[in-house]
Amino acid sequence: MAQNITADAAHGHDEHHESPVVFGFWVYLMTDCIIFGSLFAVFAVMRNQFAGGPTGHEVFELSGVGIETAILLLSSITYGFGMIAAHDNKVSTMRTWLGVTFLLGLGFLFMEIREFSHMIAEGNGPDRSAFLSSFFTLVGTHGLHVTCGLLWMAVLLFQTAGKTELNERMIGKLTCLSLFWHFLDIVWICVFTFVYLMSVI
Amino acid sequence: MLGKLTLSAIPYDVPILVGTFIGAAIAGLAVVGLITYYGKWGYLWREWLTSVDHKRIGVMYIVVALVALFRGFADAIMMRSQLALAYAGNPGYLPPHHYDQIFSAHGTIMIFFMAMAFMQGLMNIVVPLQIGARDVAFPFVNTLSFWMTTISFLLVNVSLFIGEFSQCGWLAYPPLSEQQFSPGVGVDYYIWAVQLSGVGTLLTGVNFFTTIVKMRAPGMTYMRMPVFTWTIFCTTVLIMVAFPILTVAIALLGLDRYLGMHFFTNDGGGNQMLYLSLIWGWGHPEVYILVLPAFGAFSEITQTFSRKPLFGYKTMVYATASIMVLSLLVWAHHFFTMGAGPNVNTFFGIMTMVIAVPTGVKIFNWLFTMYKGRVEFHATMYWVIGFMITFSIGGMTGVMLAIPAADFVLHNSLFVIAHFHNVIIGGVYFGYVAAMNFWFPKAFGFKMNEAWGKRAFWFWLVGFYFAFMPIYVVGFEGMTRRMNHYDNPEWHPWLLISAFGAALIALGVVCQLTQIYVSIRDRNLAENRDLTGDPWNARTLEWSTSSPPPFYNFAIVPTVHELDAFAHDKEAGIDTRKVGGDYKPIHMPKNTACGFLIGAFSFVLGFGAIWYIWWLAAVGLIGIIATVIARSADNDVDYYVPVSEIVRIEQEHSRNLMAAQAAE
Repeated sequence: MAQNITADAAHGHDEHHESPVVFGFWVYLMTDCIIFGSLFAVFAVMRNQFAGGPTGHEVFELSGVGIETAILLLSSITYGFGMIAAHDNKVSTMRTWLGVTFLLGLGFLFMEIREFSHMIAEGNGPDRSAFLSSFFTLVGTHGLHVTCGLLWMAVLLFQTAGKTELNERMIGKLTCLSLFWHFLDIVWICVFTFVYLMSVI
Repeated sequence: MLGKLTLSAIPYDVPILVGTFIGAAIAGLAVVGLITYYGKWGYLWREWLTSVDHKRIGVMYIVVALVALFRGFADAIMMRSQLALAYAGNPGYLPPHHYDQIFSAHGTIMIFFMAMAFMQGLMNIVVPLQIGARDVAFPFVNTLSFWMTTISFLLVNVSLFIGEFSQCGWLAYPPLSEQQFSPGVGVDYYIWAVQLSGVGTLLTGVNFFTTIVKMRAPGMTYMRMPVFTWTIFCTTVLIMVAFPILTVAIALLGLDRYLGMHFFTNDGGGNQMLYLSLIWGWGHPEVYILVLPAFGAFSEITQTFSRKPLFGYKTMVYATASIMVLSLLVWAHHFFTMGAGPNVNTFFGIMTMVIAVPTGVKIFNWLFTMYKGRVEFHATMYWVIGFMITFSIGGMTGVMLAIPAADFVLHNSLFVIAHFHNVIIGGVYFGYVAAMNFWFPKAFGFKMNEAWGKRAFWFWLVGFYFAFMPIYVVGFEGMTRRMNHYDNPEWHPWLLISAFGAALIALGVVCQLTQIYVSIRDRNLAENRDLTGDPWNARTLEWSTSSPPPFYNFAIVPTVHELDAFAHDKEAGIDTRKVGGDYKPIHMPKNTACGFLIGAFSFVLGFGAIWYIWWLAAVGLIGIIATVIARSADNDVDYYVPVSEIVRIEQEHSRNLMAAQAAE
């Protein structure tokens, strides 16, 4: 097994220089996973520390969060369609799907920011209680990742503008962003379950 | 416009700092002047600061580590002399405000910028060569990692002259480190320095993990990897597991301070014990991140200078991997007294004792490697043997501290300080110095002076025992750590002995600086030059190429048939460097200034955020993003080295080699 891997790697390195980018990025994502894992653990410790402030039941509106979840899951599917097009070298189809994904991501972010500003306006900001601190930090970190993903997507849309072919490096970039985007989806499913649903039940 | 920054932030009324500033300014101007005088700015920029060559990045890491050692050691000397003086009504010369910053900076610098930088330097120089690779997986990320570490260290040093540093110890425990009790910028300097350097370290972990998994020479299976590479492999795993936890812990502390959140505050439902669990969830793996590479270096040195293969290679690998796993299961022994209860304490106490087993296995492996070997008492072997004795003592006091009942007595006393200096100086520092002496000729093509190396060793070893054995004693007598002055007459003589030990170590540092100077001065003497690339008759692949290696490391990627591939080739009479082989163009990365630029913008971001100069922080952040995007758009990142160039370099090396053999 190990023999095969090394032989392949060396082969790739010498002959057509297979890039370790996707593997390396995947490993990086696992470290990101530990960041989220730690934040979930912090939330688990803080979830009942209301300090006289509101509970999750009082501040969360599940219908809005449900729509957010649907939007984000849909955006993963559209990105998947984009990747299929990319592997078929259909650049304009790929760009269309990426554009749809971008808009869906933007919609998600918009809804999240609206939820946050709503809560802060009612005096339930992150400085209200430890529970709200951990809520805003966990969900906000996810939102920050989505923001970075959108920025990245915009850059790739710009870089592929007017192209008729995708080179290996560009496919690598699109694959990494794809991993990133699906990863954020998985994290969000955990957020939806452990943060929203379990606080409301 | 300038946030919190006013003229009163400059400590011109503290003579020690003014003196330090003048000294640093003169030294800085001298360096700048010399570079300008010799017209070396272009060379420095093109060949070093923007280099993506792992060997050069490694050398720069170690230069940063040595500067950090100097700074951290100056702090140590001040602490020891303060405690020698500040007795029975004498306040000493360091008021608490200043003293507290010194011990906080000492710990922060020694761990994050001395030890971590040194370790990353060693892995940069050695690992790609040892696995027969031409570079790391992500050369650009490598230069970025280096610059993140370097600018963070710069940020810590800026705090000397602009504002203040943290006064909350090297791990900044809340609630003391919260805004309520530390309203100054000291903790913010700490937060940004640790956070930015953490980015660099994490990227190094990902980079070298990928390199080792994906880029080993053909035939090098995992169980044919040299032990040093194995230890680095386990270290990178620990970096990737532990550093994100540090990032979270420090980020939450920052959110408490900047946005008034309540993670670790006294009010609002905050919980300081959570911080302890998070910070030690990183902190304990961190000590193994530091010491495992030292173990790897000891293994390479011992087998080379005992003239036989390492005893128990497989047990060494398993022991390293066991330590890697166990190190993640012991963190609560740092706060047995917190009140987690007997069950939790028992679990962590037993796990801590268990970790001594694989470490003991290693010690016996090294001893059996030396047993019946033809041991050559080279300067590096002195450090190895000094390590084995010193580290064993430190390990045993560690097992003592692992007993929860004993820990209730010893917790927060100087006994703990003596213990971890015992293992970090005796294990990590001795290991890195030995490694530097061992791999120095590989990096530069000439050996380090042995006589001065041995002198440095003796001063360090004897100085260490004088400095820290008394600390064990006063710890037993109840002296707590971080004390500024005291009036117990029983402690005073011990602290005088300790100060004497620190002075001996200072002489050791002087010897090391002299060693570097003498080595460079005598670099062209025939006995110092390393023309063969294999000055120690060593066993692993990095010695099969020339010293210093060509930028592409290997003209032809070696094929590995056995453990200790180079020793195998030498025994089988295979000349891996025969000129005129079947060369192919080599694919190499181009140098880039992007790593330097991202580092510089990160410094601006950190400095702006520390002083609440938000426009400046925004400039830094936008600069970082713009540089990353520009780099992403740049398709001109690599090139091919033509065969004619390879032939030229290989022939030149061959000529040098023949001249050397003729001279013999």
